[in-house]
Amino acid sequence: MTNTTLNVRRWGLYTLLALMALFYLLPVYVMGITSIKGMDEITLDQMWQLPSGLYLEGYREAFHKLAPNLWNSLLLAVPATVLSAILGSLNGYVLSKWKFRGSDTLFTLMLFGMFIPYQSILIPLIQFLQTIGLYNSIPGLILVHVVYGLPICTLILRNFYAGIPTELLEAAKIDGNGFFGIFRYIIFPLSITGFVVVGIWQFTNIWNEFLFAVSLTTQKQQPIMVALQNLSGSQVVQWNVQMAGALLAALPTLLVYVFLGKYFIRGLLAGSIKG
Amino acid sequence: MNTSASERWIPVLMILPSFIAIAVFVYGFIAWTGYVSFTDWNTLVKNLSFAGLKNYSFLFQDFRFQSDLRNTLAFTILFITATMGIGLLLALLIDQKIKAEALFRNIFIFPMALSFVVTGVVWQWLLNPSTGFNLILQAMGVQNVPDWYISTKIVPAISIGQIEFGLPLALIAVAIATVWQMSGFTMAMYLAGLRAIPDDLREAARVDGAKEREIWFQIILPQLKPITVSVIIILGHISLKIFDLVYAMTGPGAMFVTDVPGVYMFETTFRGNHYGQGAAISMIMLALVSLLIVPYLISSMRKEESA
Repeated sequence: MTNTTLNVRRWGLYTLLALMALFYLLPVYVMGITSIKGMDEITLDQMWQLPSGLYLEGYREAFHKLAPNLWNSLLLAVPATVLSAILGSLNGYVLSKWKFRGSDTLFTLMLFGMFIPYQSILIPLIQFLQTIGLYNSIPGLILVHVVYGLPICTLILRNFYAGIPTELLEAAKIDGNGFFGIFRYIIFPLSITGFVVVGIWQFTNIWNEFLFAVSLTTQKQQPIMVALQNLSGSQVVQWNVQMAGALLAALPTLLVYVFLGKYFIRGLLAGSIKG
Repeated sequence: MNTSASERWIPVLMILPSFIAIAVFVYGFIAWTGYVSFTDWNTLVKNLSFAGLKNYSFLFQDFRFQSDLRNTLAFTILFITATMGIGLLLALLIDQKIKAEALFRNIFIFPMALSFVVTGVVWQWLLNPSTGFNLILQAMGVQNVPDWYISTKIVPAISIGQIEFGLPLALIAVAIATVWQMSGFTMAMYLAGLRAIPDDLREAARVDGAKEREIWFQIILPQLKPITVSVIIILGHISLKIFDLVYAMTGPGAMFVTDVPGVYMFETTFRGNHYGQGAAISMIMLALVSLLIVPYLISSMRKEESA
């Protein structure tokens, strides 16, 4: 191949990539410019036009309406993520380093829970939460997310621990360490990355989840995504307020992605069984 | 590992609570939902009297549910094909030893970090027939701009009983939003697969005088096959379960052209108090997902055991 054809191909490649990137960023651009428009600039025919200045009333109103729900989501996602990571790490440790007869089969039965449509457990779940008095409460949602998060958290950490050489464990055993000692001195120090991957993945999933949130809570207890859906579903709310609300709702997970994207992608790939 | 007798029950005891939770919340609750789907509980007052297949036979004769099954089939094919195709294309472009690779990768994957609700809200505006992309198309001189998710057209409209069979064009709009959100995942999967193919393989083939196209079709693509299987399973089950994006973006639509079982189940159960029917819809959803997932899980387990 001559240099010119190579150059033409490179140019073509970058042009195509740039066009694709533009398409992926367009929605963010629209959200951004619409959210800072004033009330008289949000007519449908001005969608692509830049705002005449920086108007923050969209954000002010969106924040006023959504602040309690953002708080709810934080109170839900943080504890549920921590609990999920702890249980996932315990399970992953047992299923990778302390296998017992039938443990692989039990693990597969657990994994099935990752794929089910949650509609198929929703009716009994509501009755159950009502019975134990946790229906329409943040603790109830925490319980639900921890339980249904077990399969994915266990899977990610089990695959992570499988990479830790068994010789290390044998050596720790000879030094007189048991199940907990090995975890504390060998596994835990080596699994910080695994915790970060699970933590980010769970936090993102719980923050973004909608079906449980909308079926198990009402009014004051609603997480952010339910409130956002209500906001955008109502005809009276201005378009700039909706976009500002969508950006506010997306901000925490976007920030996590910007700063810790590498780990997020690891979690993403781990979900496909062979991590 | 060799273990003393006292050490052997500790791990089992540690994992027991999680297994019990899964047994109750997954398997127990599915059984319960299955039971409800055979009852007459279709009002607010709980009524667990046995009704046989009444809810199921109602659904299969129901215009809305028939539409949902058509939509699920059409949407799943459209969504998987588009997400896989675009994801593979992006992976190939990025794998050409380009500059600023990390930047491009991040741009294509970031929608994965968003909620389907946010995606639905934004794309509802972008594909609104009277604004968004249609403004750009009009500026380019396009006369007949698409109706996007407002369209009630079905192509090809083959009449089967009470429904028109084919692809409702409105679902293309939903698919565009889902592809925007999910193709980064497919790209990441294929990229991981491409990076796992040793360069020596390609080099050896080149030395043997193979053309680039032959290398591509005979070496690279076959190596990506297991990834394609995984991707189809993951995307397929997401598509069969889809609820939040459709709910936030379009709802059931006119003549139920954008309705899906997930939305119908939610509305009939929690807005209409038809618990028996809602349970029956979710059991059908579970059956569809299981057809896809169970063989995959079993084969993954077998592979692990032989590994």
